[in-house]
Amino acid sequence: MAKGQIVAGCIAPHPPHLVYAENPPQNEPVAEGGWEQLRWGYERLRASLATIEYDAIVLLSPHWQTYIGTHFLGLPHFEGLSVDPIFPNLFRYHYDMNVDVELAKAIHDEAAAAGLPVKMMENPDFRVDYGTITTGHLFNPDWDKPLVVISSNRSTAYYSVEVMQEIMVELGKVTRKAIEASGKKVVVLASNSLSHRHFTTESEVPEDMSKEHITSHAMHLWDMRIIDYMRTGQAQRILDEMPEFTEQAIAESDGGGLSWLLSTLDVPTYPAILHGYGTIIGTGNAVVEWPCYAHEVKAE
Amino acid sequence: MTQAGIVGSFVVPVHPHTVLAPDQNPGWRRLRDAFDEAAEHIRSLDADLIIVYSTTWPSIIGHQIQADPNPEWVMVDHDFHDLGSIHYSFNIDQEFAHAWDEANRTRGLQSRCVNYKGFPIDVGSVVALTLLNPDNRIPAVIVSSNMYANRSETTVLAKACLDVIEAQGRRAVAVTAMSLSNRMFTDFIEPGEDKIHSLKDDEWNRKILEFMQEGRLEDVGQLSRTIHQQIRVQKVVAFKPMWWLSAMNGNRNNLTGRVLAYEPIHGAGGAVVLLDPTPSGTGDKEYDEDDVEFFHGERGVLDSSHEDEPSPESIPPEGDNRSHHGPELWEPTEATGSVNTDRAPMPVGAYPHARRVGNMLYLSGVGPRQPATNNIPGGPIHDQNGEPLEYDIRAQTRAVVDNVRRIVEEAGARMDQIVDVTTFLVDMKRDFEGYNEVWAETLGQVGPTRTTLAIDALPTPIAVEMKVIVHLGE
Repeated sequence: MAKGQIVAGCIAPHPPHLVYAENPPQNEPVAEGGWEQLRWGYERLRASLATIEYDAIVLLSPHWQTYIGTHFLGLPHFEGLSVDPIFPNLFRYHYDMNVDVELAKAIHDEAAAAGLPVKMMENPDFRVDYGTITTGHLFNPDWDKPLVVISSNRSTAYYSVEVMQEIMVELGKVTRKAIEASGKKVVVLASNSLSHRHFTTESEVPEDMSKEHITSHAMHLWDMRIIDYMRTGQAQRILDEMPEFTEQAIAESDGGGLSWLLSTLDVPTYPAILHGYGTIIGTGNAVVEWPCYAHEVKAE
Repeated sequence: MTQAGIVGSFVVPVHPHTVLAPDQNPGWRRLRDAFDEAAEHIRSLDADLIIVYSTTWPSIIGHQIQADPNPEWVMVDHDFHDLGSIHYSFNIDQEFAHAWDEANRTRGLQSRCVNYKGFPIDVGSVVALTLLNPDNRIPAVIVSSNMYANRSETTVLAKACLDVIEAQGRRAVAVTAMSLSNRMFTDFIEPGEDKIHSLKDDEWNRKILEFMQEGRLEDVGQLSRTIHQQIRVQKVVAFKPMWWLSAMNGNRNNLTGRVLAYEPIHGAGGAVVLLDPTPSGTGDKEYDEDDVEFFHGERGVLDSSHEDEPSPESIPPEGDNRSHHGPELWEPTEATGSVNTDRAPMPVGAYPHARRVGNMLYLSGVGPRQPATNNIPGGPIHDQNGEPLEYDIRAQTRAVVDNVRRIVEEAGARMDQIVDVTTFLVDMKRDFEGYNEVWAETLGQVGPTRTTLAIDALPTPIAVEMKVIVHLGE
């Protein structure tokens, strides 16, 4: 069997506003548009990967929050209605998705062997979180690739960002190891915003872009700093500064997705492609691609 | 009719073990038995409403209130999915939900109702309502826990709820779905291995329960931030349910408490506690911060990017984008015998809301402006350029009567002690009929003498104002 390969890694934000603004048939509410910069960013990401072959998408979502270890969706098919408990006015999405249980179990087993607490989620009534669905839809609207969905272990809440990062870096290593052993070509996605301070009010028309901006200058500076590291191949500096970034930008990296992604990509030193940046109810969001297909393959 | 108000309060744990696996651990069984005892007690209270404040329903945009009259779905916990599924079908009091939502906004809170098929009711609410109200006999309402809310916001949320309970004459049970210490084991354990995560957590939990057993709910509320630092993982919702529950009980320390059970659930502290409103104990307390009636916004983190936002005084009426600009607002004048309250609109000059002389209470002219926002229910009568606007005289008159009631109550008096009212209308021909109709429904039921005058204008763009005299009794 050929060695498996990660063909690309991406940060892919999941605020439900992006799906709402796009008016896909699966979502009940209707919008007049909005957040185009980010939606165009997703379009560019999809175009960038359109000619790249891959078998599965491995996705870590901060909205499947688990406090006891890391969990993996463990059944081959999920469908149902996802209603965002925070923005139900924007997101009521009828989802229908397939899971690569074999790959999920392989990552689970590697993680268990490394000493990480892990569990397969095999309850058929389980409702898939809206972070997974939003990112899954925007990355692959046709839903024609199976997913591996990994929960966000909230170890930050119990320990510290440093401990969280140690756990997630280890999870990234075993994810990579399992993918390589699987013989599959895979895209890895961290469903993740950057700075994460929300507005606490909503305009009468949620998609009124005249009201949209970053919550504060400090948040903007942090977002640009992190994006600059991404664009210049300095992933290690992101990991080094993760505690300060997470604390000072109230960043969604507290869910571990960004640390996991960079570790899974073996802390890349090549530049990432920034496809788009924009704010959503004040939070900072970027669509970023690490084109492993153009770097790692050449290196072999 | 039985007396309205909070007839009982409960603290209950959030995790699904008590529903799905009570017999896998003796402690979980004791918690379940305590739930069943609490349900039996609620039945004995002749309650007609259960209000759940759930820490497992976080919100960002203000507070959300469940308004689907019959939410049905299957709940599976994100962590404990292997325990099974909970099928739920609840009886939600939609009318109360909407009234609470409106009362929240009247008190300056960001608030909205949610009514969507398939909305994911959170695990804490599902567990609480499944076990406390198993036959759905008592209608319920559920409110979220705002992740950014501070104490003042949470207190005002409770006071708005009490406004509606009073207005509707309800006998309500207040429930907080919450853990005490919420530090769970970060690895999987066998049910038989369960215990409170640490001795320190256990000691803090027992201190909290000692306070509750003594009815010292406000003390727990005042210790809330300390408790959160000591025994809570830094999840977004903090230990704020005690702020809400204390405010729902009048921020008292002399309740009658009873701890029905205290046990670990995967390391977290789970307790079922009954807080009876019957006074007991000394009730001593000290306030560590100001009591609040209205929320004016305290989220300073956003101030730097919201310099151009309108002040509450300049926000146009709800559902009405027609701006109105009145005179400068003043703090009520303090003088001998003056009666002032945050629950009435701010004066437009140097005068108090009311003044007591002997056994008489004289109110300054009262209009319909809303206390926190300065909004005019029913809309202003003209825009800032003086151009006439359509308005609702009935809504304005009701708002006047509500403001009169708040001032009268602040003085410790009752509406039926009002003896004389002078009403000023700016358009007698247009408005008398609507004003008179609302009068008959409200003050007309009380029976004061009345004089109604037509005048040219009032200082703010309102159509009606009342001058009220109250006899406080001998």
